Amino acid sequence: MSQDQGAGTKKEGIPEGLWMRCPECGDMLYRKVVEEALDVCPKCDYHFRISARKRIEQLVDPGSFEEMFDDIEPADPLKFVDKKAYKDRLAGEQKKTGNSDAVICGKGFIKGRPMMVAVMDPTFMMGSMGSVVGEKITQTIEAAAEEGLPLIIVSASGGARMQESTLSLMQMAKTSAALAKLDESGGLFISLLADPTTGGVTASFAMLGDFIIAEPKALIGFAGQRTIWNTIKVELPEGFQRSEFLQEHGFIDFVVHRKDLRNEIARLVDFCGKPESVR
Amino acid sequence: MSQATRSDVAGTTPGAPILKQIPSNNGKASVTRHVLKFEEPLARLENQIQELEALQAARQIDYSKELRQLRTNYTSLLRKIYDNLSAWETVQVARHQLRPQFKDYVEMICREFRELHGDRHYGDDLAIRCGLARLGGHKVMLIGHNKGKDTKEKVQCYFGLAHPEGYRKALRCMKLAEKFGLPVVTLIDTAGAYPGIGAEERGQAESIARNMMEMSRLKTPILTVVTGEGGSGGALGIGVADKVAMMEYAWYSVISPEGCSGILWKGAENAADAAEALKLTSKHLKQLGVIDAVISEPLGGAHRDPHTAAHNLETFVAKSLREFNSFLKRNSMDDLVERRYEKFRQMGETLKPKTNIAKAAG
Ligand SMILES: [Zn+2]
Repeated sequence: MSQDQGAGTKKEGIPEGLWMRCPECGDMLYRKVVEEALDVCPKCDYHFRISARKRIEQLVDPGSFEEMFDDIEPADPLKFVDKKAYKDRLAGEQKKTGNSDAVICGKGFIKGRPMMVAVMDPTFMMGSMGSVVGEKITQTIEAAAEEGLPLIIVSASGGARMQESTLSLMQMAKTSAALAKLDESGGLFISLLADPTTGGVTASFAMLGDFIIAEPKALIGFAGQRTIWNTIKVELPEGFQRSEFLQEHGFIDFVVHRKDLRNEIARLVDFCGKPESVR
Repeated sequence: MSQATRSDVAGTTPGAPILKQIPSNNGKASVTRHVLKFEEPLARLENQIQELEALQAARQIDYSKELRQLRTNYTSLLRKIYDNLSAWETVQVARHQLRPQFKDYVEMICREFRELHGDRHYGDDLAIRCGLARLGGHKVMLIGHNKGKDTKEKVQCYFGLAHPEGYRKALRCMKLAEKFGLPVVTLIDTAGAYPGIGAEERGQAESIARNMMEMSRLKTPILTVVTGEGGSGGALGIGVADKVAMMEYAWYSVISPEGCSGILWKGAENAADAAEALKLTSKHLKQLGVIDAVISEPLGGAHRDPHTAAHNLETFVAKSLREFNSFLKRNSMDDLVERRYEKFRQMGETLKPKTNIAKAAG
């Protein structure tokens, strides 16, 4: 069963149907083979975008995930209407993904190590952060501090959600402040950046990890490339705003292949987690 | 008929500005200004007044009665227009060429200002200014965006769009303020953080995130006023404060109306609709609880009377700093920081009441 069915387009790199084309190397791939390889292209290692449910399935020990804060649901505080009303947009996304908003949080084990996990869902309104995402992530951070558990946040987001305007903006301050508290309690925060991590999500919790790791070639940045181009009218350098580019410029600790994520996270926890979470 | 040419969006339209005299109004000194589109009826009235004044002087005829009537009409029209500004018109006022900027406010309200330069890592970003200031009878660390006035200064300041080194300079100065017991006052006026290659290479996102995290736990009082534009993370990067206020015709939003229109309406033409939908005015944001106070501007906006605007700002800053002092007489610095945390902890609206507040406080 896949959460991805019908979600997104090929352009976003989300699989559809029995066969799929890799947006990187252009090869036609048998869907099942790709799924068995954790949604990574067996030919070129392109990492497909995956839904939050699928990420949890891949990352957390089977059967160990206990979802939390899932009763927090989006409101429409500004009664926002563009070409479509926000509340209709929300209803559509909820129907499409089966989730109430763009993050899934809870407690789980990775290679037997307990931790608090928040996973953003790029298939729900581009993983954008409004009040619900901010609130659930904050509660996950608070739970990590309270229980002395390591915190993993998997970011995959287009940024702050326009339809909640300044309330979305304030989620950046809220989550960053909560991370300051976790930091003060000595808690471990591993920030995992997946494709894409941009805008207000990058400019808040995503960049505040004790360790910041990223999947290969993920788009990571603050300003959108079109905005940059419109401002400076200069060709952007090769690999601009990709994981490897960020590592080169000193903003992430290391790039990690999806198949190695569990091992690498477990290793960081073994070195830096609190005693109760370390073996 | 009217000599006034227009710039729909003041500050972004190149070309010679049309400077003209406002008629003397209740003995107040007249100011020069650019004409916004929705202010054209006002400009026409001004012209009539000027023509009549000229006629009176040339022909030695007494038009004082007519002039009085015209001036009364002018004032009531001004009031009518500014009492009913749309969100998009407010954005244009916030961007007005002649709206006072950081450096103007420093000149008008600071008894002393010693500017401090550089982030100690890479460079000095003139889009954000920092300095030791005496303001409203207090010694403070004053930090704010500056957009620049003439072309040369605008280019030097990147039009008030800050780079990472601007945010890092601000944070360095806030840490100094913490160490030496000075309150921090920040004045926000930016369309956003600079979108460029160097800014991304040097960690624009990281610098903004770091500032928010550190401001949330800075052990000194912080006061923020959005004086003009409050564009997204570029604004919030110096905006996590114990008290946040906006000047009456400032705007504050997650994205500019043009940017929002471009994405959600697939074109820039719907900026006015986007401005309305984004609820970005001081009035809306006070209602939403995002800001604590609105600082009123003189009739017709700060650009018509910068000194009154500056006076209102100074009065507000002085009052707020006194409030911080009296809070700290009865409470500890940790209490202040905890209150700041709780303020931002409450932000947002979801369908389920938040449950973790009590735990967070304990
Ligand atoms: Zn491939």
